[in-house]
This record gives sequence, structure tokens and C-alpha cells, in this order.
Amino acid sequence: MKFTHVLAVALVALGLAACTKPKQTKPSEPPPAAAETGGASTTGVGEAATGSKPLTAQQQALAALRTKNIVYFDYNSSEIPQEYLAVVTANAAYLVKYPTARLRLEGNTDERGSPEYNIGLGERRAQTVRRAMLAKGVADGQMTTVSYGEERPAVAGHDEAAYAQNRRVEFVYAQ
Amino acid sequence: MQAMTGWLGWRAARFVIFSLGLALAGTGASHAQLRLDITEGVRDAVPIAVVPFGGQAEGGTNDIAAVVAGDLRLSGRFAPLDRKDMVARPTIGSEIRFPDWRLLKSDYIVVGRAVTERGATSVAFELFNVQTGELLLAETVPVPGQSMRAAAHRIADLVFERLTGIPGAFSTRIAYVSVEGTPPSRRYRLVVSDADGFNARNVTESNEPIMSPAWSPDGKDLAYVSFETRTSAIYVQRLATGERRRVSARAGINGAPAFSPDGRRLAITLSRDGNLDIYILDLATQALTRVTSDEAIDTEAAWSPDGDSIYFTSDRAGNAQIYRVDLAVAKEAERVTFTNSYNARPRVSPNGEELAMVTLDRGGYRIGVMDLKSRTLRVLTDGQQDESPSFAPNGATIIFASESRGNGDLALVSSDGRYQERLRSDSGDVREPAWSPYPAR
Repeated sequence: MKFTHVLAVALVALGLAACTKPKQTKPSEPPPAAAETGGASTTGVGEAATGSKPLTAQQQALAALRTKNIVYFDYNSSEIPQEYLAVVTANAAYLVKYPTARLRLEGNTDERGSPEYNIGLGERRAQTVRRAMLAKGVADGQMTTVSYGEERPAVAGHDEAAYAQNRRVEFVYAQ
Repeated sequence: MQAMTGWLGWRAARFVIFSLGLALAGTGASHAQLRLDITEGVRDAVPIAVVPFGGQAEGGTNDIAAVVAGDLRLSGRFAPLDRKDMVARPTIGSEIRFPDWRLLKSDYIVVGRAVTERGATSVAFELFNVQTGELLLAETVPVPGQSMRAAAHRIADLVFERLTGIPGAFSTRIAYVSVEGTPPSRRYRLVVSDADGFNARNVTESNEPIMSPAWSPDGKDLAYVSFETRTSAIYVQRLATGERRRVSARAGINGAPAFSPDGRRLAITLSRDGNLDIYILDLATQALTRVTSDEAIDTEAAWSPDGDSIYFTSDRAGNAQIYRVDLAVAKEAERVTFTNSYNARPRVSPNGEELAMVTLDRGGYRIGVMDLKSRTLRVLTDGQQDESPSFAPNGATIIFASESRGNGDLALVSSDGRYQERLRSDSGDVREPAWSPYPAR
């Protein structure tokens, strides 16, 4: 795929510069107040099944993971906190059961400190999760990692409550 | 006299809040304009009168004297006289009645006029010492590409150099990243503007993050990181044409580009299994040379001006500190910073004598400058989240990103820390400023 770039002259009207937008597939939304609920609460697995076609077993399993798709981290730490080990376990079980499934681990930090250094911290978090998944039998080829550092916060805000929600690794499955 | 000068300077700086963010005509104009707010006093700014120039109407964005005065004010070293206090409008030295300007407590006066001869416009100006009446400078500058503002910036450069001994850096540009929208839906733009925030133009934009703009030494290209393919890659873009090359899209991280002083190589950060290290990429041959091989995070390379060494951030000792590696000698990187528990994102001053960085100082991420000889660190700012320092090419000023009251702004601090100003964004957050080199003349 060739990515169009923006010639300065092509931007006379900024609102019309839609040609420059790379296609974005937003991963599943983090649950609201996920930090408080531990990100591992289970709700409404069957809700998505209200469409015309019944979900396959794999789709149902994937839907169940929608509320277990984020691990949150402590400040300046890349250790998986005890309460999120269940997130790792659930996702690892899914990947082991469905070897064709592909997972992308997206590492993120809060906004404090230098942006490129935070890319490093986000990567470290993503790699910690990746290694934990490998230890649970997931094949290396099923996972990729990316670090967004502080560039893609889950929530706006400049206080500890916002920071806590932004220090995270998101589990994003290829659609 | 000194006290009076100081008071005038302080008063002028304290109460003047002026807007540079006027709407711009022309192609490619970005709406991410910056507005300069002088937020802190300059106690010893030198009073100077920049009289409205002849041959043009007063006011508007092309008002030469207003641009010159704005530049001089932006430097923090001068306090231009308010126009409404001027009792006369001389446009040539012979018209100046020096006693009047002495009464107005101006130490210096600049007069001039735009002249059109055979279809070509130029601007003639003179600089005088008000006390002695001595002519300090008389020059005529061309108007490049019909840009009165460019001519005015050139005049400010010359006046600044004549009075301080330091070449002015007003004819330069800044690159920065603007971010608009609420997570998770955000729009990222890479913007280049004049050093005073004017003429903002988008270089590229994306719904995915854009990071780390870095100028080539000739000021023609920008290297930056874009996540537009949903993973990081480094691009080098020619500003004049928009033409760009993807120079690194290796598996893992591609980050923190920095042009070598000769412009032929790019120091970059790459990762292998999550381990970040610094490499040097030869832009012509694509040859890759590994610089660091530690298990820690090694990133944010900055070249020394002679190209012989690279400063970088590493947490190999447990927390982020700055190290220096000599490229000619194969030996361990030397740790440079020891004060404070977090020092990152080094930038070497143009003369190679100082290192600007982000330092965690009493609970706040702030801009510090280290004297590389004595290794003493001075903290220049007092914010909670000041980051991404970048030296002006004359070394006199550092631009950096500063978050306050929930807004990401750019800010300026003199490299001696004596004054500070903010460039506020009219829309969204602005971050990661990079000051251009001098323009080619």
C-alpha cells in the first residue's frame, strides 16, 4: 500500500484533506473505569449475539475477551500486577485454542517524561506481556507488539486518575 | 539609569500580551497557530524604539517595524517602545530628533522605509544609539519572494547581532507536532512555522501519532516518526516539494531520528525483541551501524556538533540518565548526568559546550542545561511537565514543550534561564518543537 503524503499546497482547505487519512481500525474500547474494575470483570458476553447469524464458538470466545483486553501498570513499572494475571491467562487460553488468531499487544505510558523514552517504556510493557503469553504456550508467531508511548492516551487528563488508565497494554485482535 | 531601564523593561514585558496568531492567507496554512504570551517579566531588557517604517501602511501582518519589534521582544533581551508613546515617525536618520527619544528612555532607535525601484522592493534601515546619536548600522535588505516579514526578520537579525554580538535567529523556523481531538480519536499534524509562530504550514497529518521532528543541517528536510501504518516508521521529507522517503520501517521500534552534522547519516533507535538500541543509518547506502548494545532502553540520540560523539538516554543504571559514546573509539559509553533521578532527551548546544535535557527536579519534569566542562546542571524552568528542549541555532534560546492547566504549549527560555515566554496554541496541544538551523544565505 502506498501512503499518500501531504504536499503543503494540497492543504488549502484543511477540512478537505481526507485523502491523507490512513485507514484506522480502532481496537476495542477500554472499559470505562477499567482501572477500578480491574479490567477483568465479565459482562454481557451474549449481547453481541443479537444479530441475524449466531456467533461461532470462536467469536463468542473473542467477545468474552472484550472485557479482559487491558493490563494496567503501576508508575514507571513494566511488571504485570497480580490482579491482571487473569487477563493474560484468558487471552493466552484463547490463542492456544485458536492457533490462527492473531494478537497485537499495544504498549502505552502516561504522559510524564520524554516522549521517545516513553516509547521504550511502552515497548517494555508490551514485551513483558508477550513473554508472559509465551510462557503460557502461545506461539510467538501469533503475537506482534507496538509501543505508542504517551502518544495514544486512553483518556485525556493530567492527573493520577488519568495516568493510571493510560499506563496499559491493550490486547487487540486482528479482525 | 539601570534601575529605570529595568523597570521599563519589566513593565513593557509584564503588560504586553500580543497576538501573533492572525489568520493567514496562502496555501497550506495550518490552523494550528501559535500565539505568543509574554508571561514573565524581563528585568533588564534594553529599551529600543522601532519606528513604523515608511513606504508602507501601519498595521497588519506585513508591518515591518511591528515584526522587528516583536522579534526583539521575543528574544527577551529588548523591550520595544510602545508605538503609541512615539511622538514622531522618522523614517530616515536625518529626521530623528534624539532629545525626544532620550526623554522616552529609549537606548536605541531603528528607522527605515520600504523602497521600490524598477519593480524591485527592498527595505533600508538605520540603527542609532539614542544617547550619543551615533549611527551603528545602515543597511538595505532585499524582500525575498515579496515577503515583508522575511525582510523584517532579517533586519531584526542584524540589529540583534549589532547590539548583542550574537547572530539573530529570527529568520529561522520551528517544527512541532499539533494534536487535536479527544482520545481515542485524535488528529496529529506535523507543522512548520516561522520562529515567531507565523506562517504555520502542515507538513503531514494522520489519525495515528506523529513524533520527533528533526531538521537536516541544511534546513531542507525534516525527519520524523509516523505511525500511519499502525507501526512506527521514520520518514525524511523535503519541505519545499513535500516529497518524502521512508528510511526505516524495520520490525519493532523505529524512533528518535537525528541527522548527523554532515547530513549524510541519521542516528535512530531500533528495537530487537523489545530492546531499544541506537544505530546509525547511512542515508545514501542504507548501511546500518550499531552504536549501543545494552539490554536497557537506549534512545534519544543527539550528535555533538563535530559529529564525533553521540549523547543519548539510557536506563542501564536503573533509571533514565544521559550517556555519551565516542564514535571513533570502541569503548563503554560514559555516563554524563548524576544529579537527579531522571535525565533524558539530550540536545547539544550549537557551540558544543552545553547539554539541554529534561530533568526531574523536585517533583517536576523541567528543562535543565549542563555545562559540559564543569558538569554542573542548572534547572531553567519550573513547570511540572516541560520536555523536548531544542536550541535556537545561535544557542541563545531554547524552545520546549510545556504543559500547564491542561494545555500543551510551546515555551521559550533563554539558555541562561533569565526569561521565559509561552507560545500558546489556539487549537489543541502542541509538542515536540524542533528549532531549524540558520537558513542558507
